[in-house]
Amino acid sequence: MSHSYLQLTQVSIEFPTDTGPYKALDNVNLSINKGEFISLIGHSGCGKSTVLNIVAGMHRATGGGVLLENKEVFEPGPDRAVVFQNHSLLPWLTSYENVELAVNQVFKKQKSKAEMHDWIMHNLELVHMTHAKDKLPAEISGGMKQRVGIARALSMEPKVLLMDEPFGALDALTRAHLQDSIMEIHADLGNTVIMITHDVDEAVLLSDRIVMMTNGPAATVGNILHIDLERPRNRLELADNENFNHYRAEVLKFLHERQAKKAA
Amino acid sequence: MFLINFLKHNLLRTETDRPMPLLGQLKLPKDIGNKFIKIFIVPFIAFLLFLGLWGVSATQIETSLGTVPGPSQVWEQMVSLFNEHKAERVKEQAFYQRQEARNAKKLEEDPNAEVRIRPYTGKPTFLDQMITSLLTVMTGFIIASIIAIPIGIVSGLSTTVHRAINPLIQIFKPVSPLAWLPIVTMIVSAVYVTDDPMFSKSFLNSAITVTLCCMWPTIINTALGVSTIDSDLINVSRVLRLNWATKIYKIVLPSSIPLIFAGLRLSLGIGWMVLIAAEMLAQNPGLGKFVWDEFQNGSSNSLARIMVAVFAIGFIGFFLDRSMLTLQRKFSWDRNAIIR
Repeated sequence: MSHSYLQLTQVSIEFPTDTGPYKALDNVNLSINKGEFISLIGHSGCGKSTVLNIVAGMHRATGGGVLLENKEVFEPGPDRAVVFQNHSLLPWLTSYENVELAVNQVFKKQKSKAEMHDWIMHNLELVHMTHAKDKLPAEISGGMKQRVGIARALSMEPKVLLMDEPFGALDALTRAHLQDSIMEIHADLGNTVIMITHDVDEAVLLSDRIVMMTNGPAATVGNILHIDLERPRNRLELADNENFNHYRAEVLKFLHERQAKKAA
Repeated sequence: MFLINFLKHNLLRTETDRPMPLLGQLKLPKDIGNKFIKIFIVPFIAFLLFLGLWGVSATQIETSLGTVPGPSQVWEQMVSLFNEHKAERVKEQAFYQRQEARNAKKLEEDPNAEVRIRPYTGKPTFLDQMITSLLTVMTGFIIASIIAIPIGIVSGLSTTVHRAINPLIQIFKPVSPLAWLPIVTMIVSAVYVTDDPMFSKSFLNSAITVTLCCMWPTIINTALGVSTIDSDLINVSRVLRLNWATKIYKIVLPSSIPLIFAGLRLSLGIGWMVLIAAEMLAQNPGLGKFVWDEFQNGSSNSLARIMVAVFAIGFIGFFLDRSMLTLQRKFSWDRNAIIR
């Protein structure tokens, strides 16, 4: 019996294609502790998103499995909330209503109406979005949409927060703001987080551990890097930090030497 | 002066395609003139041209019912149809007054006397027929929508259901109302047997024929709308474990609203066309019957009266479509969408 919070054991997955089954992941092992911030990094097409989808329960592993608190995961659920890359807010609901939909669904029987309202406002407050609570997604910027998406995910009080390239579609400044917000929230709430990213700086800045994946087909965990930087972290101070730059170089070396994409 | 003010307020405000000119360079008369020409004058001239062309060419054609009527004869008949309607209403009122007086007198002589109230049985006027047609088409259309939207949703959500019903839809979609009508008539007269019918059979025949012909576009478009929902939104509903009712109400319906309405508008248009044909063939009350009766009647006014009906049918069809558009605007969540 494993003692880690979230355990991926020998996870592999095959997708049927016209030319026979395609093995996307092979023998992925990963154990994650409660409150840990994990980044998955790797070249596009290496199956990072597939790992996340298996943890989320959107895909079922064809071999091995995922245990969350020693219970097998085999369908999606609010205990593994997902922040999607393109926010995925319902365009016909306001920010408040988007969070409300999740809160209603998760806490219908536990909270009174007033408590639910407070909880929605609390989560919008966490991402600094109370001022736009009555705006539709089309009326707010990309970064704000992603904030609301994060509020929606947080409002489910997930055991694990899954983020699929949450800041990939944002400009650099907005991205930095959101990264700071995420660090703040992680420090406050101590969520267990798995985040997919392409951005080496982002991975080093946010993570406790960086999981580097080999290229597909049959992708697997290539290396795991422990980031031993003290929290709270400050991006300006870290810019000159020796350790930070060392970690950064490690990840870059992995991506561009050991797993360089052939003829990309 | 009043006119200028009116134009200033009503035309300049709608100007969104160009930035407002600075006050100093404002050339009011010219701008108003352009807008006015675009909105009113152009369609008006086109309409006048149409009337002229119609008036000239109509006189060239001699039929067994006299020359084809021009705009002025049609206008005359429209007025006379309206007057006939008013006259008929006066007659009806007089009938009920006479009946009431007779009954009151009867009761006065003998309080236990049985009084019978007979409905007025005068011939339905053009306006009556119009209202009958509108009621029938709305009934048929509403039944069709109630059936078609759920079927569309189910078939959009499930590929299996879609594969199962798609061939049926494709086969029944092109069937003409005239082919359905005899079957509907026979089935209605066999199944709908009551002593005290709430609806007349002819009404049911027409409404059901409308239903059968106009549900297909709604099914097809709803299914298309539902099957093209953003897969991320479906994933959201999976993560939240929404039950199916919430999923449909919160995610599926709102995201397919535009295509559902596209289908509904097509359906209503088809339903209205079908109804006129059904009424003509089956002699069910309504505008179709009016046209047929006038055709059979063969008086020198008949052609002009039929043309009044043609315009009425056209205007009602236009009005129905506009009403759906208004409804769609009400239901649409997308404030940036261009709905027309």
